[in-house]
Amino acid sequence: MVERQSFFSFLPHLILALGILVVAFPVYVAFVASTWDPATISNGTMPLRPGPYFLENYRQTLFEGTARSSRSPVGLMMLNSLVMALTIAIGKIAISIISAFAIVYFRFPFRMTAFWVIFVTLMLPVEVRIYPTYKIVADLGLLDSYMGLTVPLIASATATLLFRQFFMTVPDELVEASKIDGAGPMQFFRDTLLPLSITTVAALFVIQFIYGWNQYLWPLLITTREGMQTIVIGIKKMIVTQDALTEWQIAMATAVLAMLPPVLVVIIMQRLFVKGLVETEK
Amino acid sequence: MSEVVLDQIRKVYAGNVEAVRGVDIHVPDGAFCVLVGPSGCGKSTLLRMIAGLETITSGECRIGSRRVNELEPAERDIAMVFQNYALYPHMSVYDNMAYGLRNRGTAKDEIDARVKEAARILEITPFLDRKPRQLSGGQRQRVAMGRAIVRKPQVFLFDEPLSNLDAKLRIQMRVEIKKLQRALGVTSVYVTHDQLEAMTLADVLVVMNKGEVEQVGAPLDLYEKPASTFVASFIGAPPMNLIPVAGGPGGIATDGLTGGAGLPVPAAGAILGIRPEHLHLATGPLPDGGVGITFPVSAVEAVGSETFVYGPIGGTGQDMIARLPGKALLDAGTAMSVFALRENLHLFDKDTGKRIG
Repeated sequence: MVERQSFFSFLPHLILALGILVVAFPVYVAFVASTWDPATISNGTMPLRPGPYFLENYRQTLFEGTARSSRSPVGLMMLNSLVMALTIAIGKIAISIISAFAIVYFRFPFRMTAFWVIFVTLMLPVEVRIYPTYKIVADLGLLDSYMGLTVPLIASATATLLFRQFFMTVPDELVEASKIDGAGPMQFFRDTLLPLSITTVAALFVIQFIYGWNQYLWPLLITTREGMQTIVIGIKKMIVTQDALTEWQIAMATAVLAMLPPVLVVIIMQRLFVKGLVETEK
Repeated sequence: MSEVVLDQIRKVYAGNVEAVRGVDIHVPDGAFCVLVGPSGCGKSTLLRMIAGLETITSGECRIGSRRVNELEPAERDIAMVFQNYALYPHMSVYDNMAYGLRNRGTAKDEIDARVKEAARILEITPFLDRKPRQLSGGQRQRVAMGRAIVRKPQVFLFDEPLSNLDAKLRIQMRVEIKKLQRALGVTSVYVTHDQLEAMTLADVLVVMNKGEVEQVGAPLDLYEKPASTFVASFIGAPPMNLIPVAGGPGGIATDGLTGGAGLPVPAAGAILGIRPEHLHLATGPLPDGGVGITFPVSAVEAVGSETFVYGPIGGTGQDMIARLPGKALLDAGTAMSVFALRENLHLFDKDTGKRIG
């Protein structure tokens, strides 16, 4: 009996450990590769322990970039990616929470029509409407700008629906208590609804930040200048090189750097998640 | 003066659903008015119309001497206690109580003084810094009351405030609400479906049914002289026995019933109402004008202080309940004779259910 119990608790742990290994090992290899010189990597004798070139490689990556292929410093790419991811995440949350507020708490003509129109856009992600969206952004002269990079990605049916679902669980009596307490609609939004949604906001922020950070197709179309490149595009350009050796140590350092901000966001927001899980009562 | 006057109040929802059909109620200054009725009778709608959370289709609602039909809830000078408390979950107890005052631009010192005073009265001072979720149901209820008190409103509105509490706490809070209302002297309107709560709290008791007022009056008046079979069966527990009877030359001509001489039973018949507690074991001759009932006992419930006896009445097939003091030694299956005095008999019209004697 005891044996069986320990076996059944051991098995899931084994599976989990294997899973972690499968995910973590390539990441570790990438990190190790970013700490060796190009010669060691390319002659296939790279050991599985960090090498002595950590500082040098990362300095070069952040401030100079690759010597041959893309040549723009990764620091700038990270800044571009950060601006894009933050604008998309914050913009999505701001617009969605306000539209959900309007749909749930106000009675206006074509309210349900508005809701369904938003709902239908779930079926139209950027990839589907990429040509018309590109045309509009180009005609507005927004190519190679942060505006062009972010605005078309901000509208979000998913976030609006999430907030709508959350708002519907807020008891009507709270609205009524607010009315009796003399709070107007916007004051109710600011004083009651926003503080209550904070965990939903945090969850969405994490999801949307990573969504924005990982964008590939759209920035590839919109940005042509070196100075506007995002890090995801940057990695791709480093690997594909003509007539030159790929500088793997730089590419790997860039990959490691590209992973850091999303990981940071998750770690910071995790505390709010846990708080949100503990405070279930509304 | 902060009386509440409802003048021919009607509420018609979309689709022509009439929830409240022309209600007239006058709650004098400082009185405790309880609206009671089964669910769907329009009592909550009525309260929400006084609060300003529902629009009034027609009629006039006055608080003090002011017509409030068109005013926003915050401008009506009312405070409301909700069934689920409706405390702001993210605010501390203190902020929950202070929020309404802050919105009105009350001075900070004044807010502080009022909140602390209310907390002292309600004995929630130790919890002022806590969040609502850290409180028990009873404590939350107190905070909800505190939020109403600090406003110093002209009228308190209570929407079934005790129905989320357990039975013991409910009785305790009921007494406290009554004491508090007496002490503050604020006109109150209270909605409940619990007739015991209604009887114990009310100065003015309003029994509602299907959007209409069945009867308004002091609780004991309603108990002693119910205006209709509905009020008769709603007020009092267990409910009044309502027995269809036929009139005859010697009083009542229905199998199982005797006496009733002098009762104005119409030839077409009527409904005779007798409260279970007004039935006594027959020991001698029937008193003048009284009614005697003989029925087979189908069930006996002894709860110690009293005994409930159930059984069908021969001529009508109707089940009835008698409530006898102490422990009555009876068995199911035996026949039993009880009687009620003339002054404890109620007579209602067979069709309309209105009181006729």
